[in-house]
Amino acid sequence: MSEEVLQQASPGLIPGSGTARAAKPTRLSPSFISWLQAGPMMLVFLAFFLIPLVFVVIVSFWDYNEYQLLPAFSGRGYTDTFEGCLAQLPDLCTIGKTYLKTLKLCFMVWAITLFIGFWVAYFLAFHVKSKTWQMGLSLLCTIPFWTSNVIRMIAWIPLLGRNGLVNSGLVKTGLINHPLEWLLFSEFSVVLALVHLFTFFMVVPIFNSMIRIDKSLIEAAYDAGATGFQTLVNVIIPLAKPGIVIGSIFVITIVMGDFITIGVMGGQQIAAAGKIIETRVNALQFPAAAANAVILLVITFLIITMMSRIVDIKKEL
Amino acid sequence: MKEGRPRSFYVLAIFFAAYVLFLYGPMIAIYVLSFQGPQGGLTFPMNGVSTFWIAKLFQGTGIVDLGAAFRRSLLLGIIVMIVTVVLSVAAGMAFRRKFKAQSILFYSAIASLIVPSIITSLGISLEFRIIDDLIKAHWNENFETSMGLLTSGLGAHLTWTLPFGLLIMFAIFNRFDPRLEEAARDLGATPWQTFRHVVLPIILPSVIGIGLFGFTLSWDELARSSQAIGAVNTLPLDLQGLTTTVTNPDIYALGTVISAVSFTVITLALGTIHVLNKRQAAKGSDAGQGLV
Repeated sequence: MSEEVLQQASPGLIPGSGTARAAKPTRLSPSFISWLQAGPMMLVFLAFFLIPLVFVVIVSFWDYNEYQLLPAFSGRGYTDTFEGCLAQLPDLCTIGKTYLKTLKLCFMVWAITLFIGFWVAYFLAFHVKSKTWQMGLSLLCTIPFWTSNVIRMIAWIPLLGRNGLVNSGLVKTGLINHPLEWLLFSEFSVVLALVHLFTFFMVVPIFNSMIRIDKSLIEAAYDAGATGFQTLVNVIIPLAKPGIVIGSIFVITIVMGDFITIGVMGGQQIAAAGKIIETRVNALQFPAAAANAVILLVITFLIITMMSRIVDIKKEL
Repeated sequence: MKEGRPRSFYVLAIFFAAYVLFLYGPMIAIYVLSFQGPQGGLTFPMNGVSTFWIAKLFQGTGIVDLGAAFRRSLLLGIIVMIVTVVLSVAAGMAFRRKFKAQSILFYSAIASLIVPSIITSLGISLEFRIIDDLIKAHWNENFETSMGLLTSGLGAHLTWTLPFGLLIMFAIFNRFDPRLEEAARDLGATPWQTFRHVVLPIILPSVIGIGLFGFTLSWDELARSSQAIGAVNTLPLDLQGLTTTVTNPDIYALGTVISAVSFTVITLALGTIHVLNKRQAAKGSDAGQGLV
């Protein structure tokens, strides 16, 4: 304790304490400077992320009527959500079906983005040799991420619509007689759009892991007689695992909470975990919306915990 | 190793090219379609070529008050960009030494990135509603709302842009040579001089990258704005509103205009980064190149 005071009053006096950086005498103590530097960001997260999360949990236990919040303890947000779940057993109730559907969408999008993301990252990391090309091609993959998601969704309309390019092309070639209805505003278009939007979140972390793999390990595997496939399975995939896990966490959490892509590309007809929340908010049933948010948060948290068992995220950044 | 490129190179190169086509093809389709003739519809083939729909947007005869939404989004984007850059650089510097609450800030940022946007957005809207109720109950009965573009809206956007800013700062300082700062200090520079004349010029290209993320992510933000923006709409919210009702190419025209802003900002930022990198290569120090 006294050492700490001394250190603050006159840093550098105590041998072996503090880094070389802290050794220069300044009037402000290093820990105060750290607070000054990190404090503003911490405050933003506190005010606009942590406290709001607490409010979500609190309000999920409030009561409500048609037009306002009633700050009194009630489990109505939850009971309304799980209404009929016990009575309907063994059939699934609405919320059960919705979550099952969301998980199914999630799984499909995850599998496809993982496949595409892995090979795109693999190509960039191992086959593109020149740094300039690597940078240029990575940029090519990143630029769409900087443009609007809604625009990238509606961009599918002229291609997939009833009279869109795909349908008219297929009709012209005689493969089908009538335009396919399931191309747009369907589960298919939702998955397609989600893959289109979020493969980026898979490519970046996997590429990051792959670029750190020591190329001599691959040469060693080759010299030891491993086939390309054996090198892939026994060397590259294990070493790229952190990136794969981080990318998977991104994609899964995005799809679990998505309501915009599912809304726009599903023609507002497909139920999903995120959409329940939106619907409840639009009906001004905030406690019910908050209860659904808590359920979604818990499920998302469980998925992340399961996945981060596989890899220490902090170590990888 | 073998001479020439293996067969897998060509297979993957085709796969990569297909992916890029998949990324850009649909976007290019709507940019083209926004130049439909006045009689044109929502799909190909083009019915003449004109700037009719884009002009219509700017005349304000469209469905939404585009000009106002445009100015709001631009204002918010610029503020988000500045705040993101300043707070990220500052926090990134703090992370270079140990401080209390370091891991709290780190996990807050990561959580903010991966907690579904709708939950964050709902939480912010609840927070502001409760603040409003408190103000009405205790201070001012006629108070309307504290929610707005530059209060709850700004906060919502920052929960999305700051984690990216912080992660980019981590990446920068992972490959930053602290000996450069030590040298500056040995030459008598104050901490501020060291930052201003040594650290900042070196990290500047990446800092512009943070600004690029800050602006573009805010400019296109939708999920977090949805509940937290207050009474007014940003441009992406207006665009999303149009998706359910629209039958004309003006939605494509709006998309093209929004994208034009994005691409202008991207080009400016990448151009600046390129020039800065060139200058660093030409005039920069030879530190880290080894002894002559």
